[in-house]
Amino acid sequence: MSDHAYNFAYLDEQTKRMIRRAILKGIAVPGYQVPFASREMPMPYGWGTGGVQVTAACLTPEDVLKVIDQGADDTTNAVSIRAFFARTAGVATTEATDQASVIQTRHRIPEAALTEGQILVYQVPIPEPLRFLEPRESETRRMHALEDYGLMHVKLYEDIARHGEIATSYAYPVKVEGRYVMDPSPIPKFDNPKLGGMAAIQLFGAGREQRIYALPPYCDVVSLDFEDHPFVASKADHACDLCGSEVSYLDEVIADDRGSRMFCCSDTDYCAGRRAAGHRGRLSPEEVA
Amino acid sequence: MMERALSILSKEKPQDGPLLQVEGLTKFYGARIGCADVSFDLWPGEVLGIVGESGSGKSTLLSCLAGHLSPDRGRVIYAGRDTVSMAEPERRMLGRTDWAFVHQNPRDGLRMGVSAGGNVGERLMAVGARNYGAIREAASDWLGRVEISPGRIDDRPRQFSGGMQQRLQIARNLVTGPKLVFMDEPTGGLDVSVQARLLDLLRGLVRDMGLAVIIVTHDLAVARLLAHRLMVMKDGRVIEAGLTDQVLDDPQAAYTQLLVSSVLQV
Repeated sequence: MSDHAYNFAYLDEQTKRMIRRAILKGIAVPGYQVPFASREMPMPYGWGTGGVQVTAACLTPEDVLKVIDQGADDTTNAVSIRAFFARTAGVATTEATDQASVIQTRHRIPEAALTEGQILVYQVPIPEPLRFLEPRESETRRMHALEDYGLMHVKLYEDIARHGEIATSYAYPVKVEGRYVMDPSPIPKFDNPKLGGMAAIQLFGAGREQRIYALPPYCDVVSLDFEDHPFVASKADHACDLCGSEVSYLDEVIADDRGSRMFCCSDTDYCAGRRAAGHRGRLSPEEVA
Repeated sequence: MMERALSILSKEKPQDGPLLQVEGLTKFYGARIGCADVSFDLWPGEVLGIVGESGSGKSTLLSCLAGHLSPDRGRVIYAGRDTVSMAEPERRMLGRTDWAFVHQNPRDGLRMGVSAGGNVGERLMAVGARNYGAIREAASDWLGRVEISPGRIDDRPRQFSGGMQQRLQIARNLVTGPKLVFMDEPTGGLDVSVQARLLDLLRGLVRDMGLAVIIVTHDLAVARLLAHRLMVMKDGRVIEAGLTDQVLDDPQAAYTQLLVSSVLQV
């Protein structure tokens, strides 16, 4: 049940309205970082204050909310944000990707394809893709305005010069609709191809940096690269040890202090779904037992 | 193929008029004068020196010409286009393609956290180069041309000496084949033997590439070596202008006479 000491979804109506305006503007100008008056939330910066505010502004009482952290439904961040909205908004929550209408995520895109009508909310620590190349905010804004993006390729050039390949493996910069260069939040570059042409609305909220940006459905998103060093969506070269999937993004887990390790899907809902359907991996409990 | 040949031909064709026309350029800092009523023409391949003591408005003038500052009055016409009234994206594009700016302090003109190759390649990537191999080849070629060993292509500018940093800055600026180069005291802060090598290098590049250069300096020896024509500034105004040898050997204005006679003869 909703805790009636709070307004629906914690934020007051005026604040949600202000955030919705920023979201609409973000959707109208894909990839453009819209400033908004970020509020103090009852959690520390870095825990998803931006994503929580965007989710709060999107939620309706009929929504079904799913929250994931690095793909998992059962980690601290995911559990506490889910509990936060269950308490302050009284909305139904789920761990099933296909049943959720709003999904707040930290650093992953679910493996299951999202559909029209779903909203994917990203938590963003640093929205500015040029930040570590150009420290001045006034200058990065001007660079966005003038499409002065040579510097972005300098970063990729440096990667290849030093590592022999583009070593950026997360928060891989993308160009949206041929115009704005955007930081897709620290998702692994494995997820980059899913950003473009997605049926769901994608919203990005950065609380500390006070920025909201968005990708409307079926938007054109291209990962930056060189002709002779093209973008590659990489993942660990293994199958999931629990469900046997060879196409999902994997976490590496150190199993003991003698160096043995296992790989398992970072998307827990996807992995559980496959196991329920009878798929088995190398270390599935049934086989070990 | 034909089209390409034609475009090269038209590029090679000498221009009819001056490359840069400056008319009545004026910049105020509040009530004080930065530079006042400066007019001149610069022709392709010509090197114009601007000399004067500190605070005489040389750097202000250069910044106004290069579009870093917006002048209060006057016009700057580059190849038929007014760069003062032109839109910022267009001016920036000029700054990345046709123009180059060499700062006195290489730290202002280089990205210190980026390797030498990345520094040289930045302008190429900014105008759309997307082939890593080609960018690297161009960078390595240019390092060679400014006498930096191509083996140091992956070193950061921090690891370079002052003279090398300055040469790297020059390579970074010239890689896109600009037509007009602004230089602000390019030899300032370097010791004399390094200065001499840098001047030698600059002279060679200017001649080989047919660059038009506006060079600001307080060092009359630099002006004598590089500049075809000289403008002497004092209190924001041009007090004397003419051929370099003429101005230095037969100065007319009292201030120019003072300036020339102040140089130590070794």
